[in-house]
Amino acid sequence: MEESDTNKTGVVGTEREDGGTGGEQTANMNTANSLKEDKTPSEKETRREQETEEGQTQVEVCRSVPDLQLSIIRDSDLFGYVGIEAVLEQMKLKTIKAGFEFNIMVVGQSGLGKSTLVNTLFKSKVSRKSCTANYEEKISKTVKLHSVTHLIEEKGVKMKLTVIDTPGFGDQINNKNCWEPITTYINEQYEKYLREELHVNRKKRIPDTRVHCCIYFLPPTGHRLRPIDVEFMRRLGTIVSIVPVIAKADTLTIEERLEFKERIRQDLASNGIHVYPQKEYDEDPEEFILNERIRGNIPFAVVGTDKEHNVNGNNVLGRKTKWGIVEVENVAHCEFVNLRDLLIRSHLQDLKDVTNNVHYETYRVQRLNESNMTFSELGFSTWPLENGTGARCDSDSHL
Amino acid sequence: MSQADKMKQGQFTNPETPGYVGFANLPNQVHRKSVKKGFEFTLMVVGESGLGKSTLINSLFLTDLYPERVIPGAAEKIERTVQIEASTVEIEERGVKLRLTVVDTPGYGDAINSQDCFSTIISYIDDQFERYLHDESGLNRRHIVDNRVHCCFYFISPLGHGLKPLDVQFMKAIHNKVNVVPVIAKADTLTLRERERLKRRILDEIDEHGIKIYHLPDAESDEDEDFKEQTRILKASIPFAVVGSNQQIEAKGKKVRGRLYPWGVVEVENPEHNDFLKLRTMLITHMQDLQEVTQDLHYENFRSERLKRGGRKGPEPEEMDKDMILQEKEAELRRMQEMIAKMQAQMQKQGDGEGDGPHV
Repeated sequence: MEESDTNKTGVVGTEREDGGTGGEQTANMNTANSLKEDKTPSEKETRREQETEEGQTQVEVCRSVPDLQLSIIRDSDLFGYVGIEAVLEQMKLKTIKAGFEFNIMVVGQSGLGKSTLVNTLFKSKVSRKSCTANYEEKISKTVKLHSVTHLIEEKGVKMKLTVIDTPGFGDQINNKNCWEPITTYINEQYEKYLREELHVNRKKRIPDTRVHCCIYFLPPTGHRLRPIDVEFMRRLGTIVSIVPVIAKADTLTIEERLEFKERIRQDLASNGIHVYPQKEYDEDPEEFILNERIRGNIPFAVVGTDKEHNVNGNNVLGRKTKWGIVEVENVAHCEFVNLRDLLIRSHLQDLKDVTNNVHYETYRVQRLNESNMTFSELGFSTWPLENGTGARCDSDSHL
Repeated sequence: MSQADKMKQGQFTNPETPGYVGFANLPNQVHRKSVKKGFEFTLMVVGESGLGKSTLINSLFLTDLYPERVIPGAAEKIERTVQIEASTVEIEERGVKLRLTVVDTPGYGDAINSQDCFSTIISYIDDQFERYLHDESGLNRRHIVDNRVHCCFYFISPLGHGLKPLDVQFMKAIHNKVNVVPVIAKADTLTLRERERLKRRILDEIDEHGIKIYHLPDAESDEDEDFKEQTRILKASIPFAVVGSNQQIEAKGKKVRGRLYPWGVVEVENPEHNDFLKLRTMLITHMQDLQEVTQDLHYENFRSERLKRGGRKGPEPEEMDKDMILQEKEAELRRMQEMIAKMQAQMQKQGDGEGDGPHV
């Protein structure tokens, strides 16, 4: 398998160092990024509002041991301003300094517009096609995994984005087990993380290469799920968060699109496939309502492009044909905006949380049960620790 | 008034030009006979599910060939192998009858492992040739039904960057048995530039792999300029990028067949939008040629292969059965011919013996 880990920078010229923040890190590697309180946008907004109005913040009670009696102290009971709510500001600053990591995998047959869509999502040339010199569109004989990393910055917030592409998936005549290289890769990332976690002396910030989200591209046939789609999503739905999308959706009229989506949802249900956002992980009714709305609308029908055209005086992203211009960011035309909002604006942190708390934990439990060892045993047996310092992980030859 | 009209009116007048025999009228006779007899055409459509094959056929012939269609789910698709479904429909237009058989191949390319999805299709094509060969060699040749596949539309997905490995393998397997016409399906997903690029790519790959697709015959030098121009345009547009639809949409004040999108209407019969009209023109203008090439090239190839194999004890067991049946039939033929000869000899003897008795 090929290796092409290019570390390119976006707007900012520097690369983020590990542990560069020098901040406190909690023992179970829940970095400042993944606090649960920052999940839904509505909550974020209200908190921001509340931040500005001093003295009106509500103290949030943490879920604790059932028997423990906790008394709720509302701030109307406080006889002065304590400053607890300033912790939010501290969190924000820390997070901004630390930056985010996001790893996204795109899977689908050749020609479905995966690279174009990723470029459109992040409004920059982040896909493998834009980064490989002399790129030729040839169907590869085996499934290879190709990963490209970029550092993107927006308004001072830095994100280390890794896009993992899977050329060759589903393109051969015999596609048996074409998902195996992909499941192997995902499990390897979990393994890497697990090893780092189990070290006696471990790093302050473990580099997170786990796949947070897998976008699966469905061809716009208009009929139903194909056998390869069912097989793939069934196997991968349990180890990674899958977001299915209908690719090149400008080939379907609105009625065809609705019927197609309905049939896909039926097929997913009848095959027991759970795609993101999964019902089981909805924490509270608010989230449930929000996610239900999303679940009623998946898979999103998307169109991607990097070309701009002039429509009514505005420069919009679109595809120009003889019969009209398909505007990518127009909700009446396609659902690209919904996908982008889901992935970036509202559920990015949630995707990372689900990966960390659910999929990774499942893998961890499985592994530890398999090997039937304790933490320290695993640590000692697999790593030649000379003087207590951690050995570097040497398993990045999997791409 | 033409000669034909004069003849019709029963005026057997002397032709004006001396030395005119009159067999220039033969084409009209053939024309009348064929119109009465009607035309037969078998068209096979091959392509993955969801490429709009059924819609295109319905649009081409303005019928609904699949009234009660149920699209199977993924679970059923896993177990299914490629099926062959032939539907025949009789279309009549201005007194000319066309008996059109459309052979559909559901299940092609659906399975995860499509390794043997074309063996069923190839056996079907060979079976039709076999049946025709058998009928042709039979005793009663008056009502031979021609079910041989005259043309195969191969649907290429517009989503890829060219031909897929499955496309290449399939076309190579059947290009010596049937006329292959590659068609780019659902062409409304491509912008004009993408369409040109894809066509060029496909033609390059067809050359690269040595696939023999059906080539339109060049226009004869004595045809008129329009026809020559039309043929040139058709040849330059292969493979045709088509859009199919039977829905009537209101566009710019008139009703057209098309697809309605929020950003515009794709008109099926607009040559600027897609090549549907070109495909239809090609099919209709060259229907006769397609049948001829099937008869003269593909069928003859099959026949010579077959008879060569039929001579020696065939290597494949299934072919052997057919060989044996053919040989048995030939033996029967010979026996019957001998019997007839014997009977004739007997009758002659009787006739001579009885003098001028009633002859049988």
